[in-house]
Amino acid sequence: MNPLQILIIALRALLLNKMRSFLTTLGIIIGVGAVIAMTAIGNGAQAQVEKSFESMGSNMLMVRSGSSRSGGMRGGAGSQPTITWGDLDAIKNEVPSVLYAAPSLSSSAQVMAEGQNWNTSITGTTNDFFAIRNWPIVSGRQFEQNEMKSGAKVAIVGQTVVDNLFGPLSDPLGSQMRVSNIPFEIIGVLKKRGTGGGGQDQDDAIYIPERTFRAKIQGGLGQFVRGMIFVGATSKETTSLAQQQIEELLRERHRLKADQEDDFSVRNMADMAEAMQQSTATMTSLLAGIALVSLLVGGIGIMNIMLVSVTERTREIGLRMAIGAKSFDIMTQFIVEASVLSTIGGLLGIGSGIGIAKLITHIFEWPMQVQPNIILLAIGFSAVVGIGFGLWPALKASRLDPIQALRYE
Amino acid sequence: MALIEINNLQKIYDSGEVQVRALRGVSLAIEPGMLVAIMGTSGSGKSTLMNILGCLDRPTSGTYLLDGTDVSKLSRDELADIRNRFIGFVFQNFNLLARTSAQENVELPLVYAGVPRAERHVRSREALIKVGLEKRMDHHPSQLSGGQQQRVAIARAIAGKPRLLLADEPTGNLDSRTSVEVMGIFQDLVKAGITVVLVTHEPDIAEYAHRVITVRDGHICADITHEPLDAHEQLKLIPDPDEELAKGGVPTSQKAKQAEQDASPEAPANAEAPSKADAADKAATGSAP
Repeated sequence: MNPLQILIIALRALLLNKMRSFLTTLGIIIGVGAVIAMTAIGNGAQAQVEKSFESMGSNMLMVRSGSSRSGGMRGGAGSQPTITWGDLDAIKNEVPSVLYAAPSLSSSAQVMAEGQNWNTSITGTTNDFFAIRNWPIVSGRQFEQNEMKSGAKVAIVGQTVVDNLFGPLSDPLGSQMRVSNIPFEIIGVLKKRGTGGGGQDQDDAIYIPERTFRAKIQGGLGQFVRGMIFVGATSKETTSLAQQQIEELLRERHRLKADQEDDFSVRNMADMAEAMQQSTATMTSLLAGIALVSLLVGGIGIMNIMLVSVTERTREIGLRMAIGAKSFDIMTQFIVEASVLSTIGGLLGIGSGIGIAKLITHIFEWPMQVQPNIILLAIGFSAVVGIGFGLWPALKASRLDPIQALRYE
Repeated sequence: MALIEINNLQKIYDSGEVQVRALRGVSLAIEPGMLVAIMGTSGSGKSTLMNILGCLDRPTSGTYLLDGTDVSKLSRDELADIRNRFIGFVFQNFNLLARTSAQENVELPLVYAGVPRAERHVRSREALIKVGLEKRMDHHPSQLSGGQQQRVAIARAIAGKPRLLLADEPTGNLDSRTSVEVMGIFQDLVKAGITVVLVTHEPDIAEYAHRVITVRDGHICADITHEPLDAHEQLKLIPDPDEELAKGGVPTSQKAKQAEQDASPEAPANAEAPSKADAADKAATGSAP
């Protein structure tokens, strides 16, 4: 018998019981659909994490002072200032794989403008900061050289600050606001960024020149950088190299002996992004695993129906054997029936899975990403389920004794 | 040379504790072109003999030469092949595939023989013409009367051009007139060169065979060759209820129709309605041993 003939016989048998075939297929449709939808959502979340880290600057490093130690008690990172302004210049000018380096001196402050007030973070920095964070200014301008030098009272603000002080549709350029009672002129508004990798609202921030921050808010210029340094490596690939070179440079500048611990810390955003991605990947596989269980249940449904079908069609099997069907013919007929059910279920499942993922994206505004290899996996798995769970009923059918089968009532 | 030659055939069913000796050394030769009836009460071993003759079962000991080939030691699949090429089967309960047209039912053995589609169509058509069903090729079994269903089954049995046709109580579910019609078809097939072996417990059906073999307790206890009744001649003696209706005769009463259906529950609603005489005839012969 040729394969086409076997397929025709199988399709015919399935079409004789349309409702039953459909219900059996439903198990596989739901299983495959769940796998596709779950992985699409998981992959979407992963892509989202990647995107948000990229928006923060994926070739970014953060350098902080080390921890203080008094007696046995150790403070947190940055509690003991060790990084000097000289270190910052050295990182910027002496490390070849470093493109930008900018200080980030932060505190929170109450801001007032036009009768509104708002508590937000205020950060002293340089123009390099926006370059490292890959963060364009949508209206207005950057700090000018003389403003940086003189410590001018100018500010670049995030969209959330604008919304809360001036209202969403206003143009705050040139407006005055008071930060801790010091008047500042707004010279620029940053592009809306949304939620960052750590979950904070990146747009809820005010940036002023580093010198202004030190003089007016921190109170005193001092030798140490009381905050952290953001470093932009020349590329994503050189980030690790930059980290190593900065560590070597700082150890040398701080005259640390070989057995001494670093009195500073350098964190790599790429590593953090990777860690985050790993956790979303774990979540994705967990979801896919749960979905696979439902696919398995669907497969058992197929086996159940095939067993019923074999019993119900015992006389037919006996007849087919009597008129010349070999065991192999009977076995393939039932395996093909099971495979056709699972394959059709698989194809419909892919359709419904993508549909569900799109629907969820639409309703809940979750990102999703359907990957072709998952589709192939789902088709492959459903075919395996069909053959695997069809095998036993098919073997059972092929081993029937034709005489007994013909007499079966 | 004999088409069937069996020698000292034994079949023992061993169900653990009890051993049943269904056949206790049967020897038999059947020449080609014969219509042979095997008779016997239930438990006599006639079904076992039939199953072995049909290559559905293998003997415990003894030999079975089918057309000169020893088939008593063949494997399951080899027997399936022999059945497909040499033997046609007709059953008491027709065993047609439901919701499948007459022609597709007839094509089934050809499918397993690997006959190409176009040739299957031609051969199934030929077979259906031989049994007089050329106008009902697209009908499903549920749309056919019992007699018509059995004729489809016969067409299926001969579509593969077998040398041997085995019929197990082929008239068991048919009324007497249809039974004679079916016997007529068998006689025609025998004239065309096919050997027909049928199992029956109705002596009047055995009358149409050239040879009547009676089996009892696993032995052949009688083997009579006689001049068979001509089914076509007999058919003329039995009034056709359809013709009676056509001549404007009294229509068959609903009651008689109902009685016939009760007698054979598997007969479909549109079974050829028998006349009262017919029913009486069947009642008289059916109860005779």
